Order: sequence, then structure tokens, then C-alpha cells
Amino acid sequence: MPLLDVQLLNKSFGGLQAVSEVSFDVKQGAIKALIGPNGAGKTTLFNLIAGNLPANSGTITFQGKSIQRRPPHKIASLGISRTFQNIKMFHGMTALENVMVGRHPKSHAGFMAAMLNLPWTWKEEKKIRDYSMELLELVEIADFAHIDGASLSFGQQRAVELARAMAADPTLLLLDEPAAGLNIYETAELAKLICKIRDMGITILLVEHDMSLVMDISDEIVVLSFGKKIAEDVPQAIQNNPEVIKVYLGDDDA
Amino acid sequence: MSAKKYLPVLWLLLIVVAVQLATSYSGKEFYLTQLTMTSYYCLLVIGLCMVMGYAGQISLGHAGFFAIGGYTSAALTTNNFASYSELTVMQLLNRYGCIITTEDMFGDTIINFHPWLAFAAAILLTTIIAFAIGIPVLKLKGHYLAMATLGFGVIIYRIVLASEALGEADGISEVPAFVLIKGLSVNGNMDDRVINYYIAWGILTIGALLLINLINSRTGRALRAIHASEEAASAMGINTARSKLYIFVISAVFAAVAGAMLTHYNGGIGPSEAGVMKSVRYVALVAIGGMANFWGALTMAATLNFLSLRGMFGSYDDAVFGAILILIMLFAPNGLFKLSPIKAIRQIINRDRR
Ligand SMILES: Nc1ncnc2c1ncn2[C@@H]1O[C@H](COP(=O)(O)OP(=O)(O)OP(=O)(O)O)[C@@H](O)[C@H]1O
Ligand SMILES: [Mg+2]
Repeated sequence: MPLLDVQLLNKSFGGLQAVSEVSFDVKQGAIKALIGPNGAGKTTLFNLIAGNLPANSGTITFQGKSIQRRPPHKIASLGISRTFQNIKMFHGMTALENVMVGRHPKSHAGFMAAMLNLPWTWKEEKKIRDYSMELLELVEIADFAHIDGASLSFGQQRAVELARAMAADPTLLLLDEPAAGLNIYETAELAKLICKIRDMGITILLVEHDMSLVMDISDEIVVLSFGKKIAEDVPQAIQNNPEVIKVYLGDDDA
Repeated sequence: MSAKKYLPVLWLLLIVVAVQLATSYSGKEFYLTQLTMTSYYCLLVIGLCMVMGYAGQISLGHAGFFAIGGYTSAALTTNNFASYSELTVMQLLNRYGCIITTEDMFGDTIINFHPWLAFAAAILLTTIIAFAIGIPVLKLKGHYLAMATLGFGVIIYRIVLASEALGEADGISEVPAFVLIKGLSVNGNMDDRVINYYIAWGILTIGALLLINLINSRTGRALRAIHASEEAASAMGINTARSKLYIFVISAVFAAVAGAMLTHYNGGIGPSEAGVMKSVRYVALVAIGGMANFWGALTMAATLNFLSLRGMFGSYDDAVFGAILILIMLFAPNGLFKLSPIKAIRQIINRDRR
């Protein structure tokens, strides 16, 4: 059974068919990439999986359970974490606090326990803090833990977002263009990091424009164009796929 | 962090004691009356500060919750319920000491509810109404939320004004003292002025402690996250609708406690307490304090409410708070404490370029 199974998914915005009859699956432990030109519908597909948008039709199954029509916070609690293409930091909070928010589904203190500052919440707070700090170390920005997240550099913010998504101990991690805005050295570091995360047992679905990164690390690639899936294969096969080449290099007839 | 967050609470307590000593020794104890009233208004404002500053929502209906608290307490402790005395509920309540029976000058029996029962009823009613209003209304954003809560405030105001049981335009007077425990009662007697000052600021301190704990907790982080990006917060597994609802209800309860206490202290409540301009005032106080600045909101609420109650703003009282709100929004959206004139000017210059 695949970890994530998407079948015949459709999403339109008014007259625009942003995602059209898309089917694919993601196997446990894999790094799967989702590529395609600008506006192909990649982010929309992420939004459908994460519950931020309702699909018009089709099914999304995670660990054998349908996750359709569930609100984003439920889907997150089931083990799907994500990062955003246009970074969404919690401004006014430190890098560490940003990551600590990510630990939400794995902790419990509610309004009453928090207001009364019950002793058991102290232990939980410490655990959340320590775990978040470890994750900041993993993404190598622990030195900036106490700096306002929004004042960090672009690359550092992406790292915080990654750590934040990791904090919920997800089963599936959705990364939307994690290398955007990074230089080649940072991208190489990121590639290593993503593989490390995969080795920790977390399955990864990745949207990325950086072809060398995608070709290097992914086990399988899905190619979208104008909302339709035009190919799904291992990296070498995708590189030699005439239709993919046509979409990427442009078509003389178009 | 853990102990540091309580430091301002210590300051608050020191100031409260210092002010009492200063007024008592200088023979200006009459200030304590307005200071006591101020503290109850502050209790409402710090609750609203959580909704506005930390969860990023707005409520122009908090005077409504204040009024629900105050009027429920007043109505149950002053109206005569003698005609219901046959009901089993009443007899049960009587057995547990929740009913106060007296005789008027003609020898007729008067039956009122004990202030504690009235208080409990006020809080319960507020909680129910806050949930009922909050569930549909908090789905709205920005102006729509402001309009909807404003509508709620107007409804409460009109109900209060039209209800005979609530005294119509005159409000309810002769509300009895609220004996919290033996020897400790909320009332407006001259002799109890000092103790009432301490009761009021003591309640405020407890309220402040609860909210300070909340701000620095997992739930507080969730609220701040919702304020920053609702989409990202929900992707972190935060039930944003529920968090917003709960903090709204908690702040409504703070408002109701303030309303009930102040009503017992003043010995009455009138429809102006439910007025929309009161709600605007509370919003203005949170804004001038800096929205997500708990101690800022408290400081401004204490200062300006006190000045207002001393009659410093004369007949322009409401206008002053309206003006404060406009000026803060235009020139210091981060509140008076974060006001840097140079930055403000630069912001205004840059506004056109964006
Ligand atoms: N909320 C929305 N409302 C209307 N149209 C939308 C919305 N979101 C996306 N679209 C449109 O749907 C199409 C697919 O957008 P999407 O963001 O999914 O593309 P993408 O593959 O992620 O592109 P990019 O590589 O630029 O990020 C685009 O034409 C976009 O304009
Ligand atoms: Mg995109």
C-alpha cells in the first residue's frame, strides 16, 4: 500500500483547470519530486493534499484512509507536514518559537492547563523547547534560535520552515520549492539535508525547479503541465522523455 | 524566561500598594474610588488584548459582555422573585443558602438570589452567549468581524434599554454588596474603600497572572501563530477556529466578571455601560497600548480610565477615545510605547511608494 495515493484529482478556479485528472502515489520512504513549468498546478496540488483547498473531484488517500474534506489541522495531525513556496514565518516570534509551534500536534497543554500553569505543562514545555532546539541544530541555524524569525535571511527562513515542519514528527513531508532563492552551495547542503531526513524514515514529496537537485535526490518524478500529469518515472527516464523535453524547452508549434 | 515573565506582576503589586499608602497618608483616599473602578475596566481590557493583540481578532462588542455580567448580577440580586417561591428549584436553592429572603416596610416578603449565585449565573450566561456569538462570527475576518461584533453590541444595548426587568433607561440601582467570604465584601461604602481597592486590584492581578501564563504557553504560541499566518498555523496542526473561539469566550468572561464586580461596587448599572462607545473605548485602549503588548494595554487602560473617571476629559470623554483610536491607527499602529517619530514619518513617506 502506498503511503499517499492521489486518484483522478481535479481542481478548477473559475474557468481555469489548475489540476486535471491527476493520479500518482508516493511510496513509504521515498523522495518523490513534482516538477513542471510555472503555473503547472504544483502548489495547488499541495494545497489539495494538505487540505487548504477542497478538490472538485478525485480521491486522496493517506495510510489507507481518505483525507478528503478534512481541515488542514486534522491532516497535519495525521502526519502530513508542509513548507510554503512563499515563506510563511510567524513574525514577532523567534526562530525557536516558530519551530516550537510546529510541535503543536505532539503536545497537549490546553487553555486551562496553560492559564493555571499546571506543573505537568512545565515538563512538556521543556520537551518542546529541547526538541525544537535539536531540529534547529539539524538545519544548522541553532545560533539564530533567539532571533526574530522574520529578520533572518531568506535561506535561514527556509531552514526554520523546514525545522518547523519536522517538529510534528511527520510521516510525509511536503516541500514546496525548498531551494528557491538558495545559492549552489546552500542547495547542495539542502540536498544532503533532505536525504538525511529521508534516512530518518520520513517520506518526502518535493516541488522544485532546480533540476540538478531533483535529478540527484529523487527516486521518482511526476511531471505536470497545465494541470495534467504528462509523465511519471525515474529521473533518467524523465530526462530522456520527449514530451517532458518539449514542455521544458518549448514547442515550435506553440 | 520562566520567572522573568512574572516580574511585571511584582511591579504591579508594588505600585498598587504604594498608591494606596500615598493616597491614605496624604488624605486623598477618595482617589481610591476611581482607582477601584479603573481596575475593573482594566480587567476587561487585558482580556480584549488577548483577542486583539495575540489572536489577531477584533471585537466591538465587549461592552455587551460587560453589560451581560453586570445586569445579570444586578437583576438577580435586586428583582423580587417572591412569586416563584413555590417552585421546587427555588426551594432547593433556598435549602443551600442561595436565596436571600427579606421583608419590605409593608411586611411583604422579598426574595432575591445570593450574589454568588447571581455571579455564577452571569458567568454561565456570558459563556453560553459568547460561544453562540463566537461560532458564527469568528468565521468572519477584518471589517466583517468588526461589523458583526458591533451588531452584537448594539443588540445588547437595545435589549437593556427596552427591558422592564433591567430598568430600561434608568438601569438597576440598589444592588446589594457582594459578600465574597465572611468579612470581605464588594461594596461602595466609605469604610470599605481601602479593602475594595485591594479586592479589585487583587482580582486584576489574578487575571493578569492567568493571561501571562497563557501567553507564554503552547496555546499562547498557537494564538500568536494564528495572528501571524492563519494558513501556516493550521498547517502546524492548530485548530484555528477553536483557538479563536476559546480566547474570545475567555475574554468575554473577563468582561463579565468586571461587569458583575463593578456593578456590586457601584451599587448599580445603567445602559451606558452597554453602549457602543464603551466598546470603542476598550478597543482604543488595547490599540494605544500596542495591541500585542499586554503590559502596554494594562498601563494605558489604567491611566486613561482613571483620567476619564476623574472627569479630566469633561464632556468630550467619548470623543477623546474616538480620537485616540484614529490617531493611533494613523500614526502609531504599534501603540504609544513603540512610537518612534522618525520611523513614523518614514512610514508615511514610504506609504506612497508601495
Ligand atoms: N487561489 C487561486 N485562485 C485562482 N487561481 C489560482 C489560485 N491558485 C492558483 N491559481 C492558478 O492555478 C494555476 C496553477 O497555480 P500553481 O500555483 O498551482 O502553480 P505552480 O505549479 O505551483 O507554479 P509555480 O512553479 O509558479 O509555483 C495558475 O494558473 C494559478 O494562477
Ligand atoms: Mg508553486
